[in-house]
Amino acid sequence: MDALSILIDWSSYIATGIATTLGLVLIALGLGVLLGLPMALGQVYSSRPVRWAIGIYVWFFRGLPILVLLFLFWFGIFPGIGLGNVPAFVVGAIVLGLRGAAYQSQIFRGAIQSISEGQMIAARSLGMSRFTAIKSVILPQAVRIALPGWSNEYPNMLTDSAVCYAIGITELLTVTSRIVTQTYLTMPIFLAAAGIFILLNYGGLKILHALERKIEIPGFGSGAV
Amino acid sequence: MDQFTFIFDILLPALMQGLVITLQLIVCSAPFGLVLGIGVAAGRQYGGPILSRICKMFVLLIKGTPLLLLLFILYFGLPSIGITLTAFTAAVIGFILCNGAYNSEYIRGALLSIKDGQMIAAQALGMTRAQAIRNVILPQALRRAIPGLSNEFIYLIKYSSLAYMITVVELSGAGKNVATKYFIYTETFMVVGIVYLVLVTITTVAVSILEKHVSVPGTSRSTSAAQM
Amino acid sequence: MNSNNIVLRVEDIHKSFGDKEVLRGISFDVVKGETKVFIGPSGTGKSTLLRCINQLTIPDRGRVWLDDEEITNSGTRINYFRQKIGMVFQNYYLFDHLTALKNVELALLKVRGMNKEEAREKALTELRQVGLEDWADHYPAELSGGQAQRVSIARALAMDPEVILFDEPTSALDPELTREVLEVMKRLAQQGMTMLVVTHEMGFACSVATEILFMENGVVAERGTPDLLTHDPQFTRMKNFIGQFNSYRGG
Repeated sequence: MDALSILIDWSSYIATGIATTLGLVLIALGLGVLLGLPMALGQVYSSRPVRWAIGIYVWFFRGLPILVLLFLFWFGIFPGIGLGNVPAFVVGAIVLGLRGAAYQSQIFRGAIQSISEGQMIAARSLGMSRFTAIKSVILPQAVRIALPGWSNEYPNMLTDSAVCYAIGITELLTVTSRIVTQTYLTMPIFLAAAGIFILLNYGGLKILHALERKIEIPGFGSGAV
Repeated sequence: MDQFTFIFDILLPALMQGLVITLQLIVCSAPFGLVLGIGVAAGRQYGGPILSRICKMFVLLIKGTPLLLLLFILYFGLPSIGITLTAFTAAVIGFILCNGAYNSEYIRGALLSIKDGQMIAAQALGMTRAQAIRNVILPQALRRAIPGLSNEFIYLIKYSSLAYMITVVELSGAGKNVATKYFIYTETFMVVGIVYLVLVTITTVAVSILEKHVSVPGTSRSTSAAQM
Repeated sequence: MNSNNIVLRVEDIHKSFGDKEVLRGISFDVVKGETKVFIGPSGTGKSTLLRCINQLTIPDRGRVWLDDEEITNSGTRINYFRQKIGMVFQNYYLFDHLTALKNVELALLKVRGMNKEEAREKALTELRQVGLEDWADHYPAELSGGQAQRVSIARALAMDPEVILFDEPTSALDPELTREVLEVMKRLAQQGMTMLVVTHEMGFACSVATEILFMENGVVAERGTPDLLTHDPQFTRMKNFIGQFNSYRGG
C-alpha cells in the first residue's frame, strides 16, 4: 500500500498532468476541425492549385513522425520566426492540431464525397447558392457520416499527446516520469499512468459514441457504413 | 559554413547512420508484429472463451496506452522487477506489441468478412479447423487486410522515431544530435522529415505493387467495397 | 463383412435449433451405387440432415455409420470420414482465392498428403470429368454459376469419396445452368457413384433416383421408387407436393 499512499501524495500533481493532457487533446481536436473541414471542402470543391496545395499539406503532415514535427516546430520554426517565447504547451497543441487537421480533412473529404450529387443539384434547383447548399445541405449530412471516423481521432490524439513529453510539456507522461525519478517507485507509477490513459481513452470514446447516437437520424447513414 | 556543405557533408552522413538503425528497428519489428497480429486475431475469432477474452484484453490495453509510455515501461520500468533490456530490444518489443495489437484489428475484420461457407467447405473435405484456417481462411483474410496492414506498417516507420526517447539513436535522434550540435534546427528536421516521407512513399508504392501481385479476381472488388 | 453392400447407415437422427425441432427421427440405409433423392417443402430439415451425416452439424440424437464404422462421436477421426463423404453445396463454396485447379488440389495436398504432381494430375482428371479442363486456371469469380458448381463437384470427386451429398446443388442456378450440372450428376449416377441428393428438380428425381424420400415436418413422410411414388395412389402427400410445385414453377 506504499505505492497507493505515494500516488495519493502526488495526486494533485497527477491531476495537473491529466488536465494538461486533456487540454492538449481538446485544443488540438478543435483546431483539427477548424482547419480540417475547410481543407476538405477545398479538396472537393475548389480549383486545381488549391487542391494541390492542400494535398501537399496533407502528405507532409501525415508523412512525418509526430516527434519530428514537434522538434521541427519547437526548436526550429517557432524560434526561427521570432516566436521563441511561446510556451511549449501552445506549440504542442498547434502541432497536434495541424497534424490532426491533415488526418481529419481526409475523413471529412470521404464523407462529403459519399453524398450523392443529387443533393447538390436539388439544393441548387431551389435557388440556393453553392455556399448555402454546402452549408445547409451537404455539411449537415457529411458531418454525421464523418462522425464515427472522427471519433477515432480522439484516441489517436490522446496517445500522440504523450509524445509532447519530448518538448517538455508537463502532460501526464512527463508528470509520471518525474514522479518516478523522485520516488524510485517505478512500475506501480508507470502502470497507474497507463491505467489513467486507458480510462481517458475509453471514457472519452464512450462520450463520443453517445454523442453520435444523439445526432443520429433514423435510417440515415446506415447505407454509407 | 553554407547550407549546402552542412546538409551534404555533415547532416546526411549522420542521418545515414541513424537510418540504418531505423531500418533495423522496422525489420526486427514488422514480421513479428504481423505474426502477433495474426495470432491475436485468430485467438479472438477461433479461440475458446478464455483465449479470446485474453486477446481482446491485450488489444484493449495496448491500444489504450501511449506507445511512448509502453517504451518507458519496457526500458525504465522492467529493470525495477529484475528484467533489463537493451534500449534497442525494448524498442523492438514495444513496436511488436503495438503493431501486433493494431494489425490484429484489421485481420479480425477481414476474418469476419470471410463467409462461413469457406470454413464449412474446407471441413467437408476433411480438413481440420487449423488446416482450414491456414489454407483457406487466412490467405483470403490477409489479402483483404493488406490496406490496413500497410497503414500500420507506415505508422511503424513513423513511430519508430520514439525509440530515440529511450536512447536509441535512430534517424530522428541522429538529426536531433546534429541539430543541437550546430544549432541548425529547421533545416535539419526538414531533411529528417523528407527522409521519412521518402520511406513512407516507397512503402506506399511497394504495397500497391504487392497488392496487384497477390490480387485475385473478384476478391479485391469486395475489398474495396468493404473499405468504403 | 457387409453382405448387403450398405455403405451408409443413418439411424434415428434428431436435431433441434432452439425449441424448433428440425429433424425428428430419420433413419435409412444407403446401398452402394444408389442415388437417394430427398424432396419436400423448404424448411423441413433436408439440408440439416445432410450436414448431420458428415457432422458439420452435430445431431442431438441418433447415429451414422460409414462401412460399419460409426461416424457419430468419432472425435478427430471425423476428418477421415469427411474425406470419404463428399459434399456439394447450394452456393458452391469454392475457395475464392484459388483457381479452379487449386480448389480441387488443395485437399489432395493438405489432407491426403499427395505430392504436387500427383495432385495436379488428379485434379485435372476430375476437372476433365466435369468438362472444365480448359477453365483450370480461372478464379471462381470468373466462372458462371454452373461452372462453379461443376468445379465443386470435381473438388468432391477428387477425394475419391464413397458417397457424395448434394445439398440443393442447382437451387442458385438459372435453368440453363441447372441442366449442365444435372447432366454431370446424372453421369455420375450412371457410373455407379453413391449419391444423396436434396433437390427440387422433380425431373431429375424421377429419372435418376433409386429411391425418393419425401420429408415433411422433420420426418420421412413417404418413400419409394420414383415409379411407385408417381403411380401408386397411396402416396397422396407427395403427389400434392409435386403438383403444387409444378404449377408454382409454371410447368
